[in-house]
Order: sequence, then C-alpha cells, then structure tokens
Amino acid sequence: MSIDAATVRHIARLARLAVGENALASIAGELNGVLALADQLAAAQVDGIAPLAHPHDQTLHWRADAVTESDRADAFLALAPEARGGLYLVPKVLE
Amino acid sequence: MSVSIAQLAQALRERKISATDLTRQAIDAAQQCADLNALITLDDTGALAAAERADRALAKNVGSTLVGIPFVHKDIFCTKGIRTTCASRMLADFVPPYDASVVEQLAGVQAVSIGKANMDEFAMGSSNENSFFGAVKNPWDAARVPGGSSGGSAALVAAGIVPFATGTDTGGSIRQPAAFCGITGLKPTYGRVSRFGMIAYASSLDCGGVLARSAEDCAHVLTAMAGHDARDATSTNAPVDDYVSALTKPLAGLRIGVAREYLGAGIDAGIGAVVQAALKQYEKLGATLVDISLPNAALAIPAYYVIAPAEASSNLARYDGVRYGHRCTDPTSLEDLYTRTRAEGFGAEVQRRILVGTYALSAGYYDAYYLRAQRVRRLIASDFTDAFKTVDVIAGPTTPTVAFKLGEKSADPLAMYAADVNTVAVNLAGLPAISLPAGFSEGLPVGLQLIAPAFAEARLLNAAHQFQLATDWHARMPEGVA
Repeated sequence: MSIDAATVRHIARLARLAVGENALASIAGELNGVLALADQLAAAQVDGIAPLAHPHDQTLHWRADAVTESDRADAFLALAPEARGGLYLVPKVLE
Repeated sequence: MSVSIAQLAQALRERKISATDLTRQAIDAAQQCADLNALITLDDTGALAAAERADRALAKNVGSTLVGIPFVHKDIFCTKGIRTTCASRMLADFVPPYDASVVEQLAGVQAVSIGKANMDEFAMGSSNENSFFGAVKNPWDAARVPGGSSGGSAALVAAGIVPFATGTDTGGSIRQPAAFCGITGLKPTYGRVSRFGMIAYASSLDCGGVLARSAEDCAHVLTAMAGHDARDATSTNAPVDDYVSALTKPLAGLRIGVAREYLGAGIDAGIGAVVQAALKQYEKLGATLVDISLPNAALAIPAYYVIAPAEASSNLARYDGVRYGHRCTDPTSLEDLYTRTRAEGFGAEVQRRILVGTYALSAGYYDAYYLRAQRVRRLIASDFTDAFKTVDVIAGPTTPTVAFKLGEKSADPLAMYAADVNTVAVNLAGLPAISLPAGFSEGLPVGLQLIAPAFAEARLLNAAHQFQLATDWHARMPEGVA
C-alpha cells in the first residue's frame, strides 16, 4: 500500500498537523520509506499469537475509589497560553 | 572526574571536599564545556542551594551515598519551577508545577541536580540532532554525534562534568549514547522506575534509567530510583534488590548467551573484534559462552517503528495549544489553532512519527500494522524467554557502528533507525539491559550490551562490575575536556 499526497492530507488532518500543499509529495515519499520497513512485518508468522501490549502482561492496580488529587486548578491554568475566570480560552467555535 | 561516586561520597564524609565545592566545580566545568551544547538549562542557583542543604546533612553524618553528589536530569523529567522542554519548541517555555517521581527520589537522597540535559526532541532520535536547542557534540570527537536520545546526559558524564545523569530509554536511548560516549548506561526493567512526570513518548516502552561512568555508580543511582509508585499505573510492585551488595559476587558459572543475530551482517568488523575480546575476558572471569539464536531479531526494528510512533501519535495529541506549551499567533478557528500550533511546535522527526503512527492506527490499517506489530512483539519477547531457559545473560554489541559524524544520517530517517538494531528488542520485551565500555574502534568507544531477564538488574550490574574490575575501558576519558 503506497501513500500518495491525498493520503498524507487525510492523515495530517487526523493528526491535526498543518501541512502545506507543496510539502505533501516529499512527506509521502518519507512515509513510504518508513512503511516499507513496517511492511517487513507481513512476513512474520503470527497466526494464533496474541498481541502483546504490556511487556509483563501486567494488569492495573486496584485502589480505593477515593479522591487523591488536590485542587490545583490555579497552578495549571497559569500555564495556559490564554485563560480567564477559571476557563481555558480558544477561538470561537460557534458564530 | 574519573573518581567513583563511592569515592566522592567518602571524600564528602571525610570533609576533604564539600558538596558546595563539588557542585561549584561541576557548574564551572559545564560552563567551560558549553561548546558540547549538552545542557539546555543550567540551574546554578538551585544547585548551590541544594548543595548547602547537602553539606548540612553531611555535617550530621546522615543520608545515603548520593548526598551532595552533583548530576543532571535529562530534560524529559518534569522539575517543579525549572523549565522542562523535552528539547521541543512546543515546551520551550514550559515550567512544570510538579516534580517527576525520579526527580523527587534523587532530591530525597540529596543528590544535587545542576540542570537539564539536551536530548532528541521528545526522545525521538538516535543522534541528538533532533533537538530544538541544537545538536550535542561527542566529547571524544566534536565532529561526531553523542548518540541519542539521551545525548546530553551521555556527553556530560563522558566529559567528566558530572558523575552521573538520568536518562530514558524507549528504543535504546540510554544504551546507544552510553556506547557512543564510552560510559556505562543502564536501562532497567519496564516498570522498575516510575514514569510519573517523565514526559511520554511511547508509554509501553518508555523507561527511566541512569548513565554513569561505571556499573558500580549505576548501582548506587538505581538504588535511589527503583521502586513502586502508585502514581504510575504501570509501575511494578516488586521488592527492590540490593544492587550494591550484589556487585561483588564472582562470575564463575555465569552462562552468557551470544546471540548470533547480534553479531551478524551490518555490524562493523572493528565492533565485532572488540566484542569478541570482551567475551574472552568474561571467559577468563569464569563465565561460559553459549551460542544462542533469537530468531525474530530482524523483526524488532519494523515492530518498533510501528508501535512507538502509534503510541507517540496518541501521547502527543495532548499538545493542542490550549492548556500549556506553544500556541500559534492569531488563530482564526479552533482547527487552525490546533494544526498550526502543532506544525510550528513539533520538529520534522516528531511530525514524521506522529503521521506514521496516525496512519498505523487509522481505519483499515490498524490490523495490518499496529495489531500485527503487537503480535510480533510477543514473538520477540518469547525469543528472550526461550533463551533465558539456558543462559543467565545475553551479550552482543550495543551498536552496529561507532559514533557517526554529525549530519551523516540526519537526512535519511531509515539509516538513523537502523542504529537501534540491537537495542529496540529489549524495550519490546521490557527487559533490563546495560551498555558498558568494552574497547575502541577507529579511536572511538565501543559498547558491550548485556541483557538479563526481567527484574534481574542486580545480575547485570554484577556482571558489568566484575568486567570493570578486570578492565579499565570505563575509566578512559577523552582528552581536552573537563
């Protein structure tokens, strides 16, 4: 499966990355190189092999269903590029 | 500073030197070696205050071996009140409101952080050329890379500026720069060191660890870093071994597996010769060499370069220009805010991995790429499980070549990825591994990698320490630096 400019445009949209029209072709070339590497996986015999997501097949710890975080809203909001009245500000979504 | 951490600790306790003097020396050395570009942020004020506190503890004769020992953190660990950039424009002005667990642990034993080390952006790279703050130079040859992604950490230790540095290893990012810079680098078992406050790249692979001159030094630092942390859901609740006591065990009877796949085509002849000589040294120390095979080794790079980008594309979705980090100017819409902020904030390699990962996880390709890579991941892990039925550790070269020249591979991502050929499988299997200096080829350091079963860090450190008692490769230092 080869990636073309339209596919790059599609995945860039999914990844929320602005990509200029004139860069699409060169990015497609680079991604095809990486995917050629990934395509080596097609030769592996994986029938009946379960996917491995965690190296030690560890399950999550249980803990009491209690609040463990303190209220640090002010400290976190102070990091925001734009915030006012306890809220993060973004450009208008609805006109 | 070819002095060990234990020797420094003794000098501090005998008042031959103060923590403040030691810290001042490290800061001066860092400033003299500014050309290496190994530090992103020097925190001299914080360091001298911490050193003063350490001196007070030393006056009362309390605390562990690390009290008053200067070091640096890789700039991937969040430090409260000190900017943490991950070598990205995205986080160039980010000042975390909290400390990573590793930062708390090392501050808790009163080691003295002098600053934050340069690295590949978001730990994606094998040369430290993917840094928003510029490439780091190898102290052995300023025209060469120090390796990556923990390149700043490795260069600072190799140049003798600090006795140890923290690092992280997702596909080789501690071991490969340790090998390129002639120092010792330990990647612990996945889950042994907390990931809390360690900026995420690929969460099922990311692992904090240590770069130092010797295995003995690594043992002292790992002792402070290892352990369970309820704030990291993947942290393992298993007892922490006594790494320092385990160092002295003789190696008689140790079975070393020599994986033929790690010494095959693609490995420079000079590297192969150094590794063979190191294996002979191990035989002299009483170890037995066993020829083994890891049949799926060649699939490690393809599996890694699907799984790691997939996890990265998900982890890095958080950088949206809304809550923290870079934001583009005058966004015209929310979509414009997201896409332009991310295109401006991330460098080329990070964007490449986000795109590859997004593609591998997208509808229609998930099964063929991500799910298949996870199945291959189990095959690779099983190879190790099978091998460890007959051997105690597995040995081979850490890298296929010595440190390459700056710019040599930066235009070719695939050539760069190939630098990880012997290291990524260890991360896929979640195992501990160490790279230790084993000699020189073309006048540059060569690393020997030892791999052990999960949670056998004590065995690795023991095997590396015994080798270092019999050799002096780890004590060699480049000329003309601190």
